[in-house]
Amino acid sequence: MLLLKELSEACGVSGNEGTVRQVILDAIRDRVDEYRTDALGNLIALKKGNGKTTRKVMIAAHMDEVGLMIMHIEKEGSLRFHPVGGIDDRVLLAKKVLIGENKVPGVIGAKPVHLLEPKAREQVVKFKEMSIDIGVSSKEEAERLVKVGDYAVFDVPFVELGGALRTVKGKAFDDRAGCAVLIELLQDRYPVDLYAAFTVQEEVGLRGARVAAYSIAPHLAFALEGTICDDLPKKGDTSPTTVLGKGPAITIMDRSVIADRRLVELLIDTAEKNGIPYQFKQPALGGTDAGAIHLSREGVPSAVVAVPSRYIHSPTSLLSLNDLENTVQLMRQTLARVNDLDLTR
Amino acid sequence: MKELIKELTEAYGPSGNEDAVRETIKRHIAGHVSEMRVDALGNLIALKKGQPQSGIEPRKIMLAAHMDEIGVIVSQIDEKGFLRFAPVGGVNPLTLLGSRVIFADGMIGVIGRERPEKPDEFPKIEKMFIDVGAPDKEHLTRKVGDMAAFLRPLADLGQRLTAKAFDDRIGCAILVQTAQELETTPHDVYFVFTVQEEVGLRGALTSAFGVEPDVAIAVDITTTGDTPEAYPMAVSLGAGPAIKVKDRGMLAHPGVKNWMAETAERLGLPYQFEVLEAGTTDAMAIQTSRAGVAAGVLSIPTRYAHTPSEMVDYNDVQNAVKLLVGLLSGPVKI
Repeated sequence: MLLLKELSEACGVSGNEGTVRQVILDAIRDRVDEYRTDALGNLIALKKGNGKTTRKVMIAAHMDEVGLMIMHIEKEGSLRFHPVGGIDDRVLLAKKVLIGENKVPGVIGAKPVHLLEPKAREQVVKFKEMSIDIGVSSKEEAERLVKVGDYAVFDVPFVELGGALRTVKGKAFDDRAGCAVLIELLQDRYPVDLYAAFTVQEEVGLRGARVAAYSIAPHLAFALEGTICDDLPKKGDTSPTTVLGKGPAITIMDRSVIADRRLVELLIDTAEKNGIPYQFKQPALGGTDAGAIHLSREGVPSAVVAVPSRYIHSPTSLLSLNDLENTVQLMRQTLARVNDLDLTR
Repeated sequence: MKELIKELTEAYGPSGNEDAVRETIKRHIAGHVSEMRVDALGNLIALKKGQPQSGIEPRKIMLAAHMDEIGVIVSQIDEKGFLRFAPVGGVNPLTLLGSRVIFADGMIGVIGRERPEKPDEFPKIEKMFIDVGAPDKEHLTRKVGDMAAFLRPLADLGQRLTAKAFDDRIGCAILVQTAQELETTPHDVYFVFTVQEEVGLRGALTSAFGVEPDVAIAVDITTTGDTPEAYPMAVSLGAGPAIKVKDRGMLAHPGVKNWMAETAERLGLPYQFEVLEAGTTDAMAIQTSRAGVAAGVLSIPTRYAHTPSEMVDYNDVQNAVKLLVGLLSGPVKI
């Protein structure tokens, strides 16, 4: 999956998705009939259906990742920052970052354990108390390399770990995994007009999807995501959100949307008929582009299919290529049938 | 009207699963409206076309009541067949203890609870589970994602009624009754029975975009301040339907508010003004649809909101119908 590597390593925090968009455009340019970039930066590509239909299907995968923004430069050259998108303070300490267009390397410094009083070791350090060290000695020196408003991404290379599940690790599988699936789907032509929307600013409020859905005005929609996978052993018998290796995860309900039951049933039926493994995402957690899309205009029946990814919204996430490929398969087979789905009530 | 209210409150319809409620409403409203359609998210939109009356400017009026109720959704199933769940809409954990819930296929479950770590520990949903009485996991037919609603029959206490889901089946009942009693109107009146209000006013948002009304009135419940040591609020059961001034999500259009109050005065109907500090209604979403809509709310005072035994005053309900019929029969004065 060379494309997943390139997508994962591309830098594109919410509001600055240009580099990712270029990678995607280079991959899909020759596969689609039309494409455009809208006012907010969404890349919307159309792959027309094979003739007999006018049903419009929108599939959204977001290009942005969570990251940081430089807010202030201290006089001795360290950088204060603010998260962009939801990041747990606890995953920030001691991480490497790359800042700005020139990818200036920096580190989010952590106090050595020798200096920590016992009580301090139990407290969570808040991001406001952290700073990024780029190895300079003064504000003037820092300003030659970075500026306020620059984005910082986690510095994490993509690595294949292998194993029976063919696992890989890297940053931003939420949602470069979704983008990879969508790019793969654009290889084929389906009986519906497929609008592939590579959206912006999902992590800060589903903003790109909202406007993309308004302009596309689809009949139905899918959001493709990299979703929460919390399957390692823990105290107490609580079943995990999703399990690595058990296949694409279908959402019934999350915080942003109640998936259209008929689309969910079509996905399940398609998976069973084609022998594709699948699982359900634990309800009531998280939100996706479908949350914005389904409320567009007069409403759009929507569903969410996701690749289970451990440790999303932290610098390094982990997924199984088996799950990624099964997600492509499930969507491919579903798109082949979705034109016949009766959407009347 | 009590039979209609009973049928509606006892119907199964947690957010996203309003089909049974919609079918019930369709049966009662057919024949009293010119056309009905169901939109992409499941909102039922029934139009009573206006008949021109000289001197009255015809307007497009949207009335909204939501069909969904709060409930629970199965999030995990343990190895013995106990069901962990998450709330759908604003469910107070205290109301779950000892409650019975019912699934779409009629299966009934009981809410159980892990033993508390401390004796006065506040009950948390994460420590509760649904027990459907299955002997083991193999014999269990439930799946992750199944939704359940509270199970409670309506009880007629005379002047007052108690049931689950008066929020907002009472609004639905009032809209149905209004459609039946309103013989003619100069306006195009859209009776909109919305979906998914409890999870974020979602049906109202999209149906308003489609209907594009001039004026909108949501009919929903409000709380009261008339029970012992209640949170201070001027609304009381039996003092008449409440005309909303403000809630957490919207300021009612003053023209709509005054039009409602003046009409009630003219018809000699009791009413009260309402300021609700917590909570909002479909009207909030309708008000900011497209380029904006003049929106207000007619509220039914309800004790014990969001519990399995909400309570309304039957006179308030009937007076709400009379007020709506009066409003829709004359000119819109906002």
